[in-house]
Amino acid sequence: MTKQSNDVGGKKQESKDIEATQDRPVFVPATDIYESPEEILVVCDMPAVDEKNAEVRLEEGVLTIVGLQDLQEPEGHQRLHRGYDSGVYRRSFTVSAQIDSSKIQAKMDQGVLRLVLPKFEEAKPRKITVQAGA
Amino acid sequence: MYWSEFRDPFSDMRRFQREVNSLFGGTSTETDGFPALNLWSNDEEAIVMAEIPGMNPEELDVTVKGDLLTLKGERKGDDIAKEGMVCHRVERGSGSFCRALRIPFDVENAKVHAQYTKGVLTITLPRAEASKPKKIAVAG
Repeated sequence: MTKQSNDVGGKKQESKDIEATQDRPVFVPATDIYESPEEILVVCDMPAVDEKNAEVRLEEGVLTIVGLQDLQEPEGHQRLHRGYDSGVYRRSFTVSAQIDSSKIQAKMDQGVLRLVLPKFEEAKPRKITVQAGA
Repeated sequence: MYWSEFRDPFSDMRRFQREVNSLFGGTSTETDGFPALNLWSNDEEAIVMAEIPGMNPEELDVTVKGDLLTLKGERKGDDIAKEGMVCHRVERGSGSFCRALRIPFDVENAKVHAQYTKGVLTITLPRAEASKPKKIAVAG
C-alpha cells in the first residue's frame, strides 16, 4: 500500500513518456536475449497476441517489438476477479549495427515471439589459418 | 446432514479482507501469483482465463472438484541457447506452478471445457444444475 504501482498481475507497465493514441495499458514483455558470433536471439512472452497483430521493426539500430493483445472479455459475464489486464506489449532494444535487417526471422508460437537476428557476413568472426613459414 | 453443510467460517472474512484491500490498492494485484487469472461468471457458467505463454497444452493439468478449480503445470526453460551463446537477459520465468481457485458455485464436472490458444488458457465451467437457483411459486 505504500508502493505506488500500476503493475497488474506481474506485468510491468511502461512509463508514459511517449503515449499511444489508443487508451490501452502498455506492458513490457518479459524477454530473453542470447547472442552468438553469428546471430542474436530474442524471445518475448506476449500471450493473447495474434501473429497478425505483432510487429517487429529495426530502424537506426533500434529494434522495436509491438504486439496488440486480443480483448479477453467474454460477453454477458460479470467480472469477479481481475488478476491481469490486457493491452499492448511494447519494447525497444538497441542492437549493434552488425545485424542484417533483411534476414530477420520472426515466429509466433503459443504467445511466445521468437526473433532471429543474423549478423552480416562481414561481421561474423573468421578463422584465419596460419601457415607455417617455409 | 449437518456436517456436509460445513464451510470454513473464516473464508467469508478473508474474502471481505481481500475486497477491502483491493479498494485501497487500486488496480494493483501484486499478491496474485503465477499464472495471473481472470474470473468471470453469469447464471449459467464461470469462465477462468490465465496467461501462460509457451506451454504445451498436454502439459497443463486442470482439475475440478465441486467448486474448486486447480491449475498445475511446468514452464520449461528454453533450449534455444546453443553452445557458445552469451546470455544477455533472462526475464521469462520457468519452473512449476500450481494455483487453486474457488468458483462461486458447484461445477458440472463432466462438462468443463479447457482451451489453450496463443498462450492463454480459457476454462469454461458450467454451473451444476443442483446449485442453480430455483424460483418457487408462492401459492396465494
